[in-house]
Formats: sequence, C-alpha cells, structure tokens
Amino acid sequence: MPHSDFLTAFRAGLQDGTLPPGLTAIDPAETGQRFAVYRNNVAVGLSEALAARFPVIRRLVGEEFFAALARGFIRDDRPASPVIAEWGEGFADFLRGFAPLVAHPYMADVARLEHARGRAFHAADAMPVAPGDLAACAPDRLILGLHPSVQVLRFGHAAISVWLANQPDGPPVRDHARAETALILRDPAFQVHVVGIAEADAALIEALQQGRPLADAARCALRIDPDHSAQHILVRLMSGGAITSAQEEAP
Amino acid sequence: MSHLPARPGVGFKSKHFADIARNPGPVGFFEVHAENYMGAGGLPHAQLTALRADHPLSVHGVGLSIGGHKGLDEDHLARLKTLCDRYQPDSFSEHLAWSSHGAEYLNDLLPLPYTEQTLQIVADHVDRVQEVLGRQMLLENPATYVLFEQSTIPEPEFMASVADRTGCGLLLDVNNVFVSCANHRRDPLDYLAEFRLDLVAEIHLGGHDQEDLPSGPLLIDSHGAPVADPVWALFRDIIARTGPLPTLVEWDNDVPEWSVLAAEAARADAILRERGQSLAAQ
Repeated sequence: MPHSDFLTAFRAGLQDGTLPPGLTAIDPAETGQRFAVYRNNVAVGLSEALAARFPVIRRLVGEEFFAALARGFIRDDRPASPVIAEWGEGFADFLRGFAPLVAHPYMADVARLEHARGRAFHAADAMPVAPGDLAACAPDRLILGLHPSVQVLRFGHAAISVWLANQPDGPPVRDHARAETALILRDPAFQVHVVGIAEADAALIEALQQGRPLADAARCALRIDPDHSAQHILVRLMSGGAITSAQEEAP
Repeated sequence: MSHLPARPGVGFKSKHFADIARNPGPVGFFEVHAENYMGAGGLPHAQLTALRADHPLSVHGVGLSIGGHKGLDEDHLARLKTLCDRYQPDSFSEHLAWSSHGAEYLNDLLPLPYTEQTLQIVADHVDRVQEVLGRQMLLENPATYVLFEQSTIPEPEFMASVADRTGCGLLLDVNNVFVSCANHRRDPLDYLAEFRLDLVAEIHLGGHDQEDLPSGPLLIDSHGAPVADPVWALFRDIIARTGPLPTLVEWDNDVPEWSVLAAEAARADAILRERGQSLAAQ
C-alpha cells in the first residue's frame, strides 16, 4: 500500500473511528482502544489549543460546553499549518452560526476581540518614536506610522465590556447589546491593551493606518464628531508606544 | 552537529523566564518548540533572544511531519530555517512521526509503519531538512500505542538506517522507549540493546500517564508528570554505557513551578556527574 493511502486511511479513521489497514496490537482485540488514544489526542490537543486562543469564550461557556463547541468547530476548520497561533480566525463566524448560542450574540464579537489580541501579541516589533520627533515636523504634513499590533475593531455588541468583565477584578457588564469600538495595541513591555474608543477616534486611527497626514486624519474624525479633539487619542497611542515613525510628507 | 553540553536541560516555558534569570540552577541548556516562535515578534522572541544570549539552545520541531506524505511542507521548512538562522541553536531535532495531512495540521505525533518504502520517504525528508537548514538534525524515537502488520523493520533498526543514509544523529527519548515497550509488552532493555547508542546526541526524559486495558497497562506519553522511577533507572543504565549526554527534562502540560523542574534537572545532573566522575577515575 502506498504510504499516502495509509495516511489518508489513518486520517479518515481519526474522524470516524474506522481502524486503518494493518493496525494491530499485541492483543489485537484491544486495537480499537489503542487507536482511540490517537483520536483523543488529536481532538483534545486541538480543543486545548483553541481554548488557549479564546480563554474568555471558554470562561463564558464553561469547560464542558467549550469542548463540544471545539468539536463542532474542528470538524470543518483545522489549523492550516503547524503554526497554531495563526489558527482560529473563523471561530467568530462559527459561534455566530452555532444554534445553542443564538441568545448570546455578543459571543462572536468577543471571539473576534480575542483573535485580534492574539494577532497583536505576535505582531512584528517596532520601536516607538521619541516625543521630540513629533515636534520637529510641520503638523500639516506630519505622517505618523503606527505599531504593527494596532487594530481597530467595531462590535455590534458589548465585546469590550464582556471581555473586561472576565478579567481579574473586572467590572460587571451593564448592557450586552451596546455597540462598542476597540483599539487594540501592544505596548513596549509586550502587554496587549484593549481600549474602548469613540467612533471619531477609530476614524482618525484608520486614516493614519492608510498613511494620511495627521491633519487629514483629524479632519476625518471631525466629520464624525465636530467636537472631537485628536489630542486624547494621540496621547493614548503615544503612551502605549504605538507611534513608531513620524515624518513630513513630501511637499 | 549537535553542540549541546552534556548536561541537564529543561524545556523553556515563558512563565519561568524571571525564575531562570534569577537562578538557572543546574540547567546547562534550554529547549524550545520551534512552532511557538514563528510569529513575527513580541514577547516570545524577546524572551528567546535573552535566553539565547545566556544559554546553549536546542530547537525542537513538533510540526514538520517527517513521517508524512512524500515531500515536506516547504513553507514550514523555510520558517524553521528563518528560526535557526536567527537563533543559531546548538541543536535542531524532530520526530519520527507525522502530524499533517494535506493542508491540515493535526497537532499530534502520529505513528507510521516501518517498511522499506517509509524508510526511503523518511530518509529523503531528513536529507531535505539537513540540506535546507545546512546542519545535522537529530531524529527522535516516538511513543506508540499501536503496531502495524505491514511493518518489516524494528524501530531501532529503522532509526539507525535513517541515520546511516542521511548522517543525522538520534535523539533517544527514554520515556518513549519505556512507554512503547510497556505498551507492546516487551523489555525496554532489549529495545535499548538494539538501539545505536553511539548515534545518540541528546536524551529526553519526561512523564507519562497510565490507563488500564484488559491485557494490562497502557501508558500515555503525557509530558505532564515527573519522570517515573523506572525511566530514571533506564537513563542511568544508558549513561553508564554512553557517558554523559545532553539530557532534557520535558514538561509541557500542567507545567509546575520552576523549582520542580530545576529539581528534576538536578536529579539528571547527579546521574550525569556520577558517570562523568567514574570516567575521570578510569
């Protein structure tokens, strides 16, 4: 039998329990129980890897429910490479379509938040600029580069509040149905932060991410909120080490 | 070549970073799972850079699927090369097992029959790894729970043949020997008598769990418990024959406090030193 056929049969058996061809044991009657070790290792290993990526979802639904959830998810979505940290992007969509969770529509948003935190944790490194670098540039033409960990996420439900409530000493959730917008960033000490921001702040950050000058980005924010002040969010980015370059746009 | 010191090593876990910086105890090297350091940046690389500056390093792959489909995952091999180029580890090792099927990763070390066909595939894969990485790799014996009717080559002979054909070294996981031999109801000393100990460049020691089948115990390689006494006894027996070797204590699940791992490393250290002294006295 070609090795590839053996592997395909073994792989199919992991899913449906059929014993692969030639599989045996010192007491052949026990072959099934022994094969079950591999089936269990694969299922539990992937389930635990998923739980490590989505600790708040696991906390919210409990260990037993999460195991069932993971089994369902893993049936159709397994890691595409041995770099498990890149896996799980589809988990939020899976939760949205998972019938038993239909009364908890914020779950999918919390999963998106946790996936983004994982991305921020592993994002490329970049050194923050010194405050003096900003002062040296003409504000109208100032282009700020943001840290690779910086992400803006919009949630239809209170994903940030739910996530915070599930951290040590976190405040209780007031309103699960409240729409929220998150800034996610990793600071120079490698802490990943989740910050609730206004829609105008989000517009400003996204304009900066597109490479537009600061003055231009601030105008984007003002279109959403005529009273918006860019200073607050810039201080937040700066203090988190999230501004990693400052240069003047070519005139 | 593997250049690890013939001392105890410990599998590095992020949560032990500060403890290790304060006092690495008897630990002479650290080993990391390659796949945990394949992100672009952040804490994993910052810690590994600092660890590497102070200690010899072994990079241990768990995802290359050397026993899998013909033709390795070249993307993954490129990631391994990037990692090895960056950290210049003193050793790179992988498993005699498979873990991927097509484009999906199954996250477990799965068994393969030992035949002329699989020997050729594994040897080709090891050749390719050594070609891309530009270094010798070590191949580790697996813990197994089943046998295959189609197998025609005993595992120690299979591993020796891969080494002969490719020039790779061997990583002898003593817990895996104990687990597999218990599961297949054979004497681990017979297995070790067939094993080419002269090709062994690193030892692994780890813990296992036990289940019970009608015919007797089924041991599960869990890496979540202290090294068992009979595994220590086998280790002592091996070191008495080989002399001191780089010896890793593995603990990957339910990872305990650093002091517990340091104590396991100290136990390995005592056995390595005992043998080192008796060699010096000769």
